[in-house]
Amino acid sequence: MPWRLLRFALNKKHPEPRMFNFHEKLKSSYDVVIIGAGGHGLAAAYYLARDYGITNVCVLEKGYIGGGNTGRNTTIIRSNYLTPEGVKFYDESVNLWQDLSEDFDLNLFYANRGHFTLAHTDSALRTMRWRAEVNKHYGVDSEVVGPEAVKEAAPMIDISCGGHAPILGALYHAPGSVARHDAVAWGYGRGADQRGVEIHQQTEVLGIDVQAGKVKGVKTSRGYISTNKVLCAVAGSTPRILKMVDVKSPIYIHPLQAMVSEPIKPWLDPILVSGSLHVYISQSARGELVMGASLDPYELHGTRSTLDFVEGLTTHMLEMFPFLSNVKVMRQWAGMADMTPDFAPVMGKTPVEGFYLDSGWGTWGFKATPVCGKTMAHTVVNDSDHPLITGFSLDRFRNYALTGEKGAASVGH
Amino acid sequence: MKILNCPLNGPRPVSEFYYWGEVRPMPNPATASDDAWADYVFNRNGAPGVKKEWWCHTPSNTWFIAERDTEKDVVVRTYFYEGEA
Repeated sequence: MPWRLLRFALNKKHPEPRMFNFHEKLKSSYDVVIIGAGGHGLAAAYYLARDYGITNVCVLEKGYIGGGNTGRNTTIIRSNYLTPEGVKFYDESVNLWQDLSEDFDLNLFYANRGHFTLAHTDSALRTMRWRAEVNKHYGVDSEVVGPEAVKEAAPMIDISCGGHAPILGALYHAPGSVARHDAVAWGYGRGADQRGVEIHQQTEVLGIDVQAGKVKGVKTSRGYISTNKVLCAVAGSTPRILKMVDVKSPIYIHPLQAMVSEPIKPWLDPILVSGSLHVYISQSARGELVMGASLDPYELHGTRSTLDFVEGLTTHMLEMFPFLSNVKVMRQWAGMADMTPDFAPVMGKTPVEGFYLDSGWGTWGFKATPVCGKTMAHTVVNDSDHPLITGFSLDRFRNYALTGEKGAASVGH
Repeated sequence: MKILNCPLNGPRPVSEFYYWGEVRPMPNPATASDDAWADYVFNRNGAPGVKKEWWCHTPSNTWFIAERDTEKDVVVRTYFYEGEA
Protein backbone atom coordinates (compact mmCIF):
# COMPACT_ATOMS: atom_id res chain seq x y z
CA MET A 1 0.00 0.00 0.00
CA PRO A 2 2.70 2.63 0.78
CA TRP A 3 4.42 1.96 -2.57
CA ARG A 4 1.14 2.29 -4.36
CA LEU A 5 0.63 5.60 -2.60
CA LEU A 6 4.01 6.87 -3.72
CA ARG A 7 3.57 5.72 -7.30
CA PHE A 8 0.01 6.84 -7.88
CA ALA A 9 -1.24 9.24 -5.25
CA LEU A 10 1.41 11.86 -5.91
CA ASN A 11 1.36 11.45 -9.71
CA LYS A 12 -1.32 13.28 -11.66
CA LYS A 13 -0.91 10.92 -14.62
CA HIS A 14 -2.28 8.01 -12.61
CA PRO A 15 -5.41 9.19 -10.86
CA GLU A 16 -7.13 6.53 -8.81
CA PRO A 17 -10.46 5.98 -10.60
CA ARG A 18 -13.41 7.31 -8.65
CA MET A 19 -16.25 4.94 -7.75
CA PHE A 20 -18.79 7.23 -9.44
CA ASN A 21 -18.47 10.05 -11.96
CA PHE A 22 -19.70 13.43 -10.87
CA HIS A 23 -21.92 15.30 -13.31
CA GLU A 24 -21.99 19.07 -13.05
CA LYS A 25 -25.34 19.51 -14.78
CA LEU A 26 -28.48 17.60 -15.58
CA LYS A 27 -29.16 17.14 -19.29
CA SER A 28 -32.42 18.57 -20.61
CA SER A 29 -33.77 15.14 -21.54
CA TYR A 30 -33.18 11.44 -20.88
CA ASP A 31 -34.68 8.25 -22.29
CA VAL A 32 -35.41 6.99 -18.79
CA VAL A 33 -35.41 8.77 -15.43
CA ILE A 34 -35.09 6.58 -12.35
CA ILE A 35 -36.07 8.10 -9.01
CA GLY A 36 -34.09 6.67 -6.12
CA ALA A 37 -30.41 5.62 -6.09
CA GLY A 38 -30.89 2.68 -3.76
CA GLY A 39 -30.17 -0.91 -4.69
CA HIS A 40 -33.40 -1.31 -6.69
CA GLY A 41 -33.09 1.88 -8.73
CA LEU A 42 -29.41 1.36 -9.49
CA ALA A 43 -29.97 -2.31 -10.37
CA ALA A 44 -32.62 -1.27 -12.89
CA ALA A 45 -30.19 1.31 -14.33
CA TYR A 46 -27.47 -1.35 -14.51
CA TYR A 47 -29.61 -3.89 -16.38
CA LEU A 48 -31.02 -1.19 -18.70
CA ALA A 49 -27.45 -0.34 -19.69
CA ARG A 50 -25.97 -3.84 -19.70
CA ASP A 51 -28.78 -5.91 -21.18
CA TYR A 52 -30.62 -3.38 -23.35
CA GLY A 53 -27.91 -0.87 -24.26
CA ILE A 54 -30.01 2.01 -22.93
CA THR A 55 -27.52 4.40 -21.35
CA ASN A 56 -29.19 7.79 -21.74
CA VAL A 57 -30.52 7.24 -18.24
CA CYS A 58 -30.45 9.44 -15.18
CA VAL A 59 -30.82 8.27 -11.60
CA LEU A 60 -32.07 10.99 -9.23
CA GLU A 61 -31.37 10.73 -5.52
CA LYS A 62 -32.54 13.14 -2.84
CA GLY A 63 -29.86 11.98 -0.35
CA TYR A 64 -26.88 9.80 -1.15
CA ILE A 65 -26.34 6.44 -2.85
CA GLY A 66 -27.71 3.53 -0.83
CA GLY A 67 -28.64 5.77 2.11
CA GLY A 68 -32.24 4.60 2.36
CA ASN A 69 -33.52 1.12 3.05
CA THR A 70 -30.65 -0.42 1.06
CA GLY A 71 -28.32 0.56 3.90
CA ARG A 72 -30.86 0.01 6.69
CA ASN A 73 -31.92 -3.61 6.30
CA THR A 74 -30.45 -6.64 8.09
CA THR A 75 -28.90 -8.00 4.84
CA ILE A 76 -30.68 -11.36 4.77
CA ILE A 77 -31.15 -13.15 1.44
CA ARG A 78 -33.52 -16.11 1.11
CA SER A 79 -36.30 -17.48 -1.09
CA ASN A 80 -38.39 -19.65 1.26
CA TYR A 81 -41.62 -17.75 0.74
CA LEU A 82 -45.17 -19.00 0.88
CA THR A 83 -46.94 -18.17 -2.38
CA PRO A 84 -45.89 -19.65 -5.75
CA GLU A 85 -45.48 -16.09 -7.12
CA GLY A 86 -43.19 -15.18 -4.25
CA VAL A 87 -41.13 -18.37 -4.33
CA LYS A 88 -40.45 -18.19 -8.08
CA PHE A 89 -39.59 -14.51 -7.89
CA TYR A 90 -37.23 -14.68 -4.92
CA ASP A 91 -35.61 -17.88 -6.20
CA GLU A 92 -34.65 -16.07 -9.40
CA SER A 93 -33.19 -13.36 -7.17
CA VAL A 94 -31.12 -15.83 -5.13
CA ASN A 95 -29.77 -17.25 -8.42
CA LEU A 96 -28.78 -13.79 -9.61
CA TRP A 97 -26.98 -13.11 -6.31
CA GLN A 98 -24.57 -16.00 -6.88
CA ASP A 99 -22.28 -14.39 -9.46
CA LEU A 100 -22.92 -10.76 -8.61
CA SER A 101 -19.52 -10.18 -6.96
CA GLU A 102 -17.78 -11.37 -10.11
CA ASP A 103 -20.13 -9.40 -12.31
CA PHE A 104 -19.26 -6.19 -10.42
CA ASP A 105 -15.62 -7.04 -9.71
CA LEU A 106 -16.46 -5.98 -6.16
CA ASN A 107 -16.55 -8.14 -3.05
CA LEU A 108 -20.10 -8.18 -1.69
CA PHE A 109 -19.12 -10.40 1.26
CA TYR A 110 -21.88 -12.77 0.16
CA ALA A 111 -21.87 -15.48 2.81
CA ASN A 112 -24.03 -18.57 2.67
CA ARG A 113 -25.05 -19.26 6.26
CA GLY A 114 -28.26 -21.30 6.27
CA HIS A 115 -31.49 -19.83 7.61
CA PHE A 116 -33.72 -21.20 10.38
CA THR A 117 -37.26 -19.94 10.91
CA LEU A 118 -38.13 -21.19 14.38
CA ALA A 119 -41.51 -22.63 15.32
CA HIS A 120 -42.65 -22.36 18.94
CA THR A 121 -46.20 -23.60 18.44
CA ASP A 122 -47.95 -26.40 16.56
CA SER A 123 -49.65 -23.92 14.27
CA ALA A 124 -46.31 -22.31 13.39
CA LEU A 125 -44.91 -25.76 12.64
CA ARG A 126 -47.87 -26.41 10.36
CA THR A 127 -47.10 -23.20 8.42
CA MET A 128 -43.46 -24.30 8.17
CA ARG A 129 -44.53 -27.61 6.61
CA TRP A 130 -46.74 -25.74 4.17
CA ARG A 131 -43.91 -23.40 3.21
CA ALA A 132 -41.45 -26.30 2.89
CA GLU A 133 -43.80 -28.15 0.50
CA VAL A 134 -44.44 -25.08 -1.66
CA ASN A 135 -40.69 -24.45 -1.74
CA LYS A 136 -39.79 -28.02 -2.68
CA HIS A 137 -42.42 -28.02 -5.39
CA TYR A 138 -40.61 -25.11 -7.03
CA GLY A 139 -37.16 -26.64 -6.48
CA VAL A 140 -36.18 -24.41 -3.55
CA ASP A 141 -34.10 -26.10 -0.86
CA SER A 142 -36.28 -25.98 2.30
CA GLU A 143 -37.11 -28.59 4.90
CA VAL A 144 -38.68 -28.87 8.33
CA VAL A 145 -36.17 -29.91 10.99
CA GLY A 146 -36.46 -30.77 14.66
CA PRO A 147 -35.18 -28.80 17.65
CA GLU A 148 -32.02 -30.91 17.82
CA ALA A 149 -30.93 -29.59 14.41
CA VAL A 150 -31.38 -26.03 15.68
CA LYS A 151 -29.35 -26.81 18.78
CA GLU A 152 -26.59 -28.36 16.68
CA ALA A 153 -26.40 -25.35 14.35
CA ALA A 154 -26.48 -22.81 17.21
CA PRO A 155 -25.20 -24.55 20.35
CA MET A 156 -25.55 -21.43 22.51
CA ILE A 157 -29.35 -21.37 22.13
CA ASP A 158 -31.70 -22.12 25.01
CA ILE A 159 -34.00 -24.46 23.12
CA SER A 160 -36.77 -23.99 25.70
CA CYS A 161 -36.56 -20.16 25.39
CA GLY A 162 -36.74 -19.61 29.11
CA GLY A 163 -39.28 -22.41 29.47
CA HIS A 164 -42.28 -20.59 28.09
CA ALA A 165 -41.78 -20.76 24.31
CA PRO A 166 -39.93 -24.03 23.61
CA ILE A 167 -38.67 -24.47 20.05
CA LEU A 168 -40.61 -27.35 18.47
CA GLY A 169 -38.86 -27.29 15.13
CA ALA A 170 -37.82 -25.00 12.33
CA LEU A 171 -38.00 -24.38 8.63
CA TYR A 172 -34.42 -24.79 7.44
CA HIS A 173 -33.44 -23.03 4.24
CA ALA A 174 -29.85 -23.91 3.30
CA PRO A 175 -29.37 -21.14 0.67
CA GLY A 176 -30.10 -18.42 3.26
CA SER A 177 -27.28 -15.86 3.11
CA VAL A 178 -26.10 -12.43 4.13
CA ALA A 179 -24.28 -9.83 2.03
CA ARG A 180 -22.81 -6.41 2.58
CA HIS A 181 -25.77 -4.22 1.67
CA ASP A 182 -24.13 -0.91 0.74
CA ALA A 183 -21.69 -2.71 -1.55
CA VAL A 184 -24.69 -3.96 -3.55
CA ALA A 185 -25.76 -0.38 -4.28
CA TRP A 186 -22.17 0.63 -5.02
CA GLY A 187 -21.65 -2.33 -7.35
CA TYR A 188 -24.80 -1.69 -9.34
CA GLY A 189 -24.14 2.05 -9.29
CA ARG A 190 -20.57 1.74 -10.52
CA GLY A 191 -21.58 -0.78 -13.20
CA ALA A 192 -24.29 1.57 -14.47
CA ASP A 193 -22.03 4.63 -14.19
CA GLN A 194 -19.23 2.99 -16.20
CA ARG A 195 -21.72 2.23 -18.96
CA GLY A 196 -22.80 5.86 -19.21
CA VAL A 197 -25.73 6.18 -16.80
CA GLU A 198 -25.70 9.46 -14.86
CA ILE A 199 -26.26 9.30 -11.10
CA HIS A 200 -27.27 12.63 -9.57
CA GLN A 201 -27.17 12.71 -5.79
CA GLN A 202 -28.55 15.59 -3.72
CA THR A 203 -31.22 16.05 -6.38
CA GLU A 204 -34.79 16.01 -5.18
CA VAL A 205 -37.83 15.34 -7.34
CA LEU A 206 -40.36 18.13 -6.81
CA GLY A 207 -43.01 17.12 -9.32
CA ILE A 208 -43.80 14.91 -12.27
CA ASP A 209 -45.20 16.44 -15.41
CA VAL A 210 -48.14 14.33 -16.63
CA GLN A 211 -50.10 15.45 -19.68
CA ALA A 212 -53.15 13.55 -21.00
CA GLY A 213 -52.24 10.55 -18.86
CA LYS A 214 -48.65 10.36 -20.13
CA VAL A 215 -45.36 11.21 -18.43
CA LYS A 216 -43.67 14.19 -20.09
CA GLY A 217 -41.00 15.24 -17.64
CA VAL A 218 -39.71 15.55 -14.11
CA LYS A 219 -39.27 18.73 -12.06
CA THR A 220 -36.22 18.53 -9.84
CA SER A 221 -34.46 20.78 -7.37
CA ARG A 222 -31.85 21.33 -10.09
CA GLY A 223 -34.14 22.01 -13.04
CA TYR A 224 -36.59 20.39 -15.42
CA ILE A 225 -35.90 17.18 -17.34
CA SER A 226 -38.06 15.97 -20.18
CA THR A 227 -38.56 12.23 -20.48
CA ASN A 228 -41.27 9.76 -21.45
CA LYS A 229 -40.37 7.09 -18.93
CA VAL A 230 -40.02 7.37 -15.17
CA LEU A 231 -39.27 4.48 -12.84
CA CYS A 232 -40.05 5.14 -9.20
CA ALA A 233 -37.98 3.05 -6.75
CA VAL A 234 -38.11 5.07 -3.54
CA ALA A 235 -39.40 2.65 -0.86
CA GLY A 236 -40.70 4.74 2.05
CA SER A 237 -41.16 7.85 -0.06
CA THR A 238 -43.42 6.09 -2.59
CA PRO A 239 -46.67 7.73 -1.38
CA ARG A 240 -45.12 11.19 -1.81
CA ILE A 241 -44.21 10.45 -5.43
CA LEU A 242 -47.58 8.79 -6.13
CA LYS A 243 -49.27 11.98 -4.95
CA MET A 244 -47.40 13.87 -7.70
CA VAL A 245 -48.88 11.62 -10.40
CA ASP A 246 -52.27 11.35 -8.67
CA VAL A 247 -52.27 7.55 -8.42
CA LYS A 248 -53.92 5.89 -5.43
CA SER A 249 -52.35 2.90 -3.75
CA PRO A 250 -52.70 0.82 -0.58
CA ILE A 251 -49.10 1.55 0.44
CA TYR A 252 -48.65 2.78 3.99
CA ILE A 253 -45.45 3.62 5.84
CA HIS A 254 -44.35 2.18 9.17
CA PRO A 255 -40.79 2.37 10.45
CA LEU A 256 -38.82 -0.86 10.78
CA GLN A 257 -36.05 -0.68 13.34
CA ALA A 258 -32.88 -2.70 13.72
CA MET A 259 -29.74 -2.64 15.83
CA VAL A 260 -26.27 -4.14 16.16
CA SER A 261 -24.31 -5.20 19.21
CA GLU A 262 -20.66 -4.55 19.88
CA PRO A 263 -18.42 -6.95 17.90
CA ILE A 264 -17.84 -10.29 19.64
CA LYS A 265 -16.03 -13.51 18.74
CA PRO A 266 -17.76 -15.54 16.02
CA TRP A 267 -20.23 -17.92 17.64
CA LEU A 268 -23.34 -17.81 15.45
CA ASP A 269 -23.07 -19.15 11.94
CA PRO A 270 -26.69 -19.48 10.77
CA ILE A 271 -29.36 -16.81 10.53
CA LEU A 272 -32.13 -17.34 13.10
CA VAL A 273 -35.63 -15.97 12.87
CA SER A 274 -38.47 -16.34 15.32
CA GLY A 275 -41.80 -14.97 14.18
CA SER A 276 -43.46 -15.68 17.53
CA LEU A 277 -40.76 -13.95 19.58
CA HIS A 278 -40.32 -11.18 16.98
CA VAL A 279 -36.58 -11.66 16.73
CA TYR A 280 -34.18 -12.18 13.91
CA ILE A 281 -30.47 -12.39 14.43
CA SER A 282 -27.29 -13.09 12.51
CA GLN A 283 -23.64 -12.35 13.13
CA SER A 284 -21.86 -10.12 10.63
CA ALA A 285 -18.36 -10.71 9.30
CA ARG A 286 -17.21 -8.01 11.75
CA GLY A 287 -18.63 -9.96 14.68
CA GLU A 288 -21.56 -7.65 15.39
CA LEU A 289 -24.90 -9.26 16.05
CA VAL A 290 -27.37 -7.83 13.56
CA MET A 291 -30.83 -7.90 15.10
CA GLY A 292 -34.31 -6.91 14.10
CA ALA A 293 -37.82 -7.34 15.42
CA SER A 294 -41.11 -6.27 13.89
CA LEU A 295 -42.63 -3.16 12.42
CA ASP A 296 -43.30 -0.16 14.60
CA PRO A 297 -46.96 -0.16 15.63
CA TYR A 298 -48.03 3.06 13.94
CA GLU A 299 -47.56 5.08 10.76
CA LEU A 300 -44.55 7.38 10.66
CA HIS A 301 -42.61 9.10 7.87
CA GLY A 302 -39.35 9.36 9.72
CA THR A 303 -36.36 7.33 10.80
CA ARG A 304 -36.22 7.96 14.54
CA SER A 305 -35.45 4.99 16.75
CA THR A 306 -36.92 4.19 20.16
CA LEU A 307 -35.91 2.66 23.47
CA ASP A 308 -39.16 0.65 23.43
CA PHE A 309 -37.77 -1.22 20.45
CA VAL A 310 -34.49 -2.12 22.16
CA GLU A 311 -36.27 -3.21 25.33
CA GLY A 312 -38.79 -5.35 23.45
CA LEU A 313 -36.23 -6.98 21.19
CA THR A 314 -33.64 -7.70 23.87
CA THR A 315 -36.24 -9.19 26.22
CA HIS A 316 -37.00 -11.88 23.64
CA MET A 317 -33.39 -12.17 22.54
CA LEU A 318 -32.33 -13.06 26.09
CA GLU A 319 -34.92 -15.82 26.19
CA MET A 320 -33.16 -17.43 23.24
CA PHE A 321 -29.59 -16.50 24.22
CA PRO A 322 -29.36 -15.75 27.97
CA PHE A 323 -25.56 -15.42 27.78
CA LEU A 324 -25.92 -12.20 25.76
CA SER A 325 -27.02 -10.27 28.84
CA ASN A 326 -23.62 -8.59 29.19
CA VAL A 327 -23.27 -7.68 25.53
CA LYS A 328 -23.73 -4.00 24.71
CA VAL A 329 -25.93 -2.55 22.02
CA MET A 330 -23.73 -0.45 19.77
CA ARG A 331 -26.17 1.38 17.54
CA GLN A 332 -29.74 1.32 16.31
CA TRP A 333 -31.57 2.85 13.39
CA ALA A 334 -34.82 2.73 11.43
CA GLY A 335 -35.97 2.63 7.83
CA MET A 336 -39.32 3.63 6.39
CA ALA A 337 -40.99 0.44 5.18
CA ASP A 338 -43.56 0.78 2.40
CA MET A 339 -46.09 -1.83 3.50
CA THR A 340 -48.90 -3.42 1.50
CA PRO A 341 -52.00 -5.22 2.81
CA ASP A 342 -50.94 -8.60 1.37
CA PHE A 343 -47.20 -8.34 2.12
CA ALA A 344 -46.35 -8.60 -1.58
CA PRO A 345 -44.75 -5.77 -3.57
CA VAL A 346 -46.44 -3.41 -6.03
CA MET A 347 -44.55 -3.51 -9.31
CA GLY A 348 -44.93 -2.70 -12.97
CA LYS A 349 -47.12 -0.43 -15.03
CA THR A 350 -49.51 2.10 -13.54
CA PRO A 351 -52.56 4.01 -14.85
CA VAL A 352 -50.14 6.77 -15.95
CA GLU A 353 -48.45 5.88 -19.24
CA GLY A 354 -44.67 5.82 -18.87
CA PHE A 355 -44.74 5.78 -15.06
CA TYR A 356 -43.48 2.51 -13.61
CA LEU A 357 -43.46 1.46 -9.99
CA ASP A 358 -41.06 -0.70 -8.02
CA SER A 359 -42.54 -0.33 -4.56
CA GLY A 360 -44.34 -1.99 -1.70
CA TRP A 361 -41.04 -3.51 -0.66
CA GLY A 362 -41.83 -3.11 3.02
CA THR A 363 -39.61 -5.36 5.06
CA TRP A 364 -38.58 -7.74 2.28
CA GLY A 365 -36.84 -5.64 -0.40
CA PHE A 366 -33.09 -6.18 -0.04
CA LYS A 367 -33.02 -9.82 -1.08
CA ALA A 368 -35.04 -8.95 -4.19
CA THR A 369 -32.66 -6.24 -5.42
CA PRO A 370 -31.20 -8.11 -8.42
CA VAL A 371 -34.45 -9.59 -9.71
CA CYS A 372 -36.26 -6.27 -9.27
CA GLY A 373 -33.64 -4.49 -11.33
CA LYS A 374 -33.84 -7.13 -14.01
CA THR A 375 -37.64 -7.35 -14.23
CA MET A 376 -38.16 -3.59 -14.01
CA ALA A 377 -35.60 -2.97 -16.78
CA HIS A 378 -37.57 -5.42 -18.93
CA THR A 379 -40.85 -3.74 -17.98
CA VAL A 380 -39.59 -0.24 -18.78
CA VAL A 381 -38.06 -1.25 -22.13
CA ASN A 382 -41.05 -3.28 -23.37
CA ASP A 383 -43.74 -1.20 -21.68
CA SER A 384 -45.25 -4.46 -20.45
CA ASP A 385 -44.91 -6.24 -17.13
CA HIS A 386 -42.25 -8.97 -16.94
CA PRO A 387 -43.93 -12.42 -16.52
CA LEU A 388 -42.39 -12.82 -13.03
CA ILE A 389 -44.11 -9.70 -11.69
CA THR A 390 -47.64 -9.99 -13.09
CA GLY A 391 -48.85 -11.18 -9.65
CA PHE A 392 -47.60 -7.94 -8.13
CA SER A 393 -49.46 -5.38 -10.24
CA LEU A 394 -51.25 -2.40 -8.69
CA ASP A 395 -54.47 -3.61 -10.36
CA ARG A 396 -54.71 -6.64 -8.09
CA PHE A 397 -56.36 -4.59 -5.34
CA ARG A 398 -59.06 -3.17 -7.62
CA ASN A 399 -59.70 -6.71 -8.84
CA TYR A 400 -59.79 -8.20 -5.33
CA ALA A 401 -57.01 -10.61 -6.38
CA LEU A 402 -54.44 -10.28 -3.59
CA THR A 403 -51.24 -12.30 -3.42
CA GLY A 404 -51.17 -13.06 0.32
CA GLU A 405 -47.43 -13.35 0.97
CA LYS A 406 -47.17 -14.19 4.64
CA GLY A 407 -43.65 -15.59 4.32
CA ALA A 408 -42.43 -12.00 4.55
CA ALA A 409 -40.08 -10.80 7.26
CA SER A 410 -41.26 -9.10 10.45
CA VAL A 411 -44.81 -10.19 9.87
CA GLY A 412 -46.64 -12.09 12.57
CA HIS A 413 -48.21 -15.28 11.26
CA MET B 1 -41.11 6.74 26.15
CA LYS B 2 -43.68 8.54 24.07
CA ILE B 3 -46.71 9.86 25.94
CA LEU B 4 -50.17 10.05 24.43
CA ASN B 5 -52.98 12.00 26.03
CA CYS B 6 -56.06 9.80 26.43
CA PRO B 7 -59.24 11.94 26.67
CA LEU B 8 -60.48 9.69 29.50
CA ASN B 9 -57.31 8.67 31.38
CA GLY B 10 -54.96 11.54 30.71
CA PRO B 11 -51.30 11.15 29.66
CA ARG B 12 -50.27 7.51 29.32
CA PRO B 13 -47.27 5.75 27.68
CA VAL B 14 -47.84 4.99 24.00
CA SER B 15 -47.34 1.26 24.60
CA GLU B 16 -50.78 1.23 26.26
CA PHE B 17 -52.40 2.35 23.04
CA TYR B 18 -53.43 0.59 19.87
CA TYR B 19 -53.30 2.38 16.52
CA TRP B 20 -56.15 1.76 14.11
CA GLY B 21 -55.34 3.97 11.13
CA GLU B 22 -56.74 7.09 9.59
CA VAL B 23 -60.40 8.04 10.05
CA ARG B 24 -62.05 7.32 6.69
CA PRO B 25 -65.71 7.57 5.78
CA MET B 26 -67.20 4.23 4.69
CA PRO B 27 -69.29 4.23 1.53
CA ASN B 28 -72.65 2.46 1.76
CA PRO B 29 -71.78 -1.18 0.96
CA ALA B 30 -75.23 -1.77 -0.53
CA THR B 31 -74.90 0.96 -3.12
CA ALA B 32 -71.15 1.45 -3.62
CA SER B 33 -69.68 0.22 -6.91
CA ASP B 34 -67.00 -2.49 -6.80
CA ASP B 35 -64.36 0.11 -7.62
CA ALA B 36 -65.48 2.48 -4.88
CA TRP B 37 -65.58 -0.38 -2.38
CA ALA B 38 -62.09 -1.62 -3.34
CA ASP B 39 -60.85 1.96 -3.02
CA TYR B 40 -62.28 2.11 0.51
CA VAL B 41 -61.01 -1.32 1.56
CA PHE B 42 -57.47 -1.12 0.18
CA ASN B 43 -56.30 2.35 -0.74
CA ARG B 44 -54.72 4.63 1.84
CA ASN B 45 -53.52 8.16 2.01
CA GLY B 46 -49.92 7.09 2.57
CA ALA B 47 -48.38 10.56 2.21
CA PRO B 48 -47.15 12.40 5.31
CA GLY B 49 -49.21 15.15 6.91
CA VAL B 50 -51.42 15.93 9.90
CA LYS B 51 -53.97 13.10 9.95
CA LYS B 52 -57.02 12.22 12.05
CA GLU B 53 -56.46 8.73 13.39
CA TRP B 54 -58.28 6.16 15.48
CA TRP B 55 -56.47 5.18 18.67
CA CYS B 56 -57.57 2.96 21.53
CA HIS B 57 -56.36 3.00 25.12
CA THR B 58 -56.34 -0.78 25.53
CA PRO B 59 -56.53 -1.19 29.36
CA SER B 60 -59.74 0.84 29.44
CA ASN B 61 -60.88 0.08 25.87
CA THR B 62 -61.32 3.78 25.17
CA TRP B 63 -61.53 4.68 21.49
CA PHE B 64 -60.77 8.25 20.48
CA ILE B 65 -59.34 10.42 17.72
CA ALA B 66 -55.80 11.76 17.64
CA GLU B 67 -54.67 14.41 15.20
CA ARG B 68 -51.05 13.63 14.54
CA ASP B 69 -48.30 14.90 12.28
CA THR B 70 -47.06 11.65 10.71
CA GLU B 71 -43.79 13.21 9.57
CA LYS B 72 -42.71 14.69 12.90
CA ASP B 73 -44.56 12.22 15.15
CA VAL B 74 -46.17 15.06 17.10
CA VAL B 75 -49.71 14.67 18.41
CA VAL B 76 -51.60 17.92 17.83
CA ARG B 77 -54.69 17.01 19.91
CA THR B 78 -56.82 14.10 21.08
CA TYR B 79 -60.59 14.01 21.58
CA PHE B 80 -63.61 11.71 21.52
CA TYR B 81 -65.30 10.98 18.21
CA GLU B 82 -68.41 13.10 17.89
CA GLY B 83 -70.04 11.71 14.77
CA GLU B 84 -72.64 8.95 14.63
CA ALA B 85 -71.43 5.65 16.05
